[in-house]
Amino acid sequence: MAEAKIPLWEVFIRSRNGLAHKHVGSLHAADAGMALQAARDVYTRRGEGLSLWVVPSAAIVASDPADKEMLFEPTASKIYRHPTFYEVPDDVGHM
Amino acid sequence: MSTTSIALAESPLLALVLRRADDALILGHRLSEWCGHAPMLEEDIALANIALDCVGQARALYEYAAQVDGRGLTEDDFAYRREAHQYRNCLLVEQPNGDFAATIVRQVLFSAFIDPYWRAMMGSADAALAAVAAKAEKETAYHLRHAAEWLIRLGDGTAESRARVQAALDDLWPYAGEAFESDPAEAGLVAAGIAVDPASLRPAFDRTIARVLEEATLTRPTGSGAQSGGRRGRHSEHLGFILADLQYLQRAHPGAVW
Repeated sequence: MAEAKIPLWEVFIRSRNGLAHKHVGSLHAADAGMALQAARDVYTRRGEGLSLWVVPSAAIVASDPADKEMLFEPTASKIYRHPTFYEVPDDVGHM
Repeated sequence: MSTTSIALAESPLLALVLRRADDALILGHRLSEWCGHAPMLEEDIALANIALDCVGQARALYEYAAQVDGRGLTEDDFAYRREAHQYRNCLLVEQPNGDFAATIVRQVLFSAFIDPYWRAMMGSADAALAAVAAKAEKETAYHLRHAAEWLIRLGDGTAESRARVQAALDDLWPYAGEAFESDPAEAGLVAAGIAVDPASLRPAFDRTIARVLEEATLTRPTGSGAQSGGRRGRHSEHLGFILADLQYLQRAHPGAVW
């Protein structure tokens, strides 16, 4: 398939009100309109979503896997950042 | 279930339900033939989705047909135990898939008829048909949008896609008019608010087609050689082959289930 004519798109679905759009996969489509239709057809066949985003894959800037130690390892020792040091009253429910 | 064909006394209501059901089943079957063969994976799934919508509509309508008939037949009896001349679908939906352009043109022509039809039928005095209409209209609105977007891109696309889609339009145009024929047998149902006169939907169809063809930079065929007969059971040769495929299992192994 000619990548230039039918480029790759990333698909994001929001499954319920109040939740964020979540990445679910990718697809090929000639333009944004067809990408949105293909996303509907390929990724929402079982009632997965209420809203769709499609984004050209080429527009995504990704971190370099070679940088993962520098980027992500320093957080491992900072357990005080996790909100586990205080009690959540039962009445608060889901946070 | 027996292998023999059923005989029907087609009241105007039963005939109306079978027209809608047979259109949906035969188009759904045609679209299902693309499964695993479409030009790209995304469109393979899209066409299968449309096929499943059509077959779902057909099932609901055959169930209602069985109820109207009142002799204890099932949806399967209507699908599997009628012969070609008992089918009431329009000739357009039984036309071969051809290339992808032909499938898209067929879909646009049919959807531009059936979508306003179901929208109008949501107000039917017949509660069962109004319920089918309310569900089907959401599906057919998407079928129309999807096929029209493809038609626009094929028409305003490459020299080859344009030539193919214009040729498909010229080939299939004579079949577009049959859906709008008023049937005298339906007049009573129209008067009772149960059915919509298909002829009244032609202006909406013409507006849709004009808009889509303009954006697709395609030429509306001018020929007037209209093909019809499907509603009376006079079909093209293609329907027999479709039914051979569709009915083989139930005819050879009556009542087979899985």
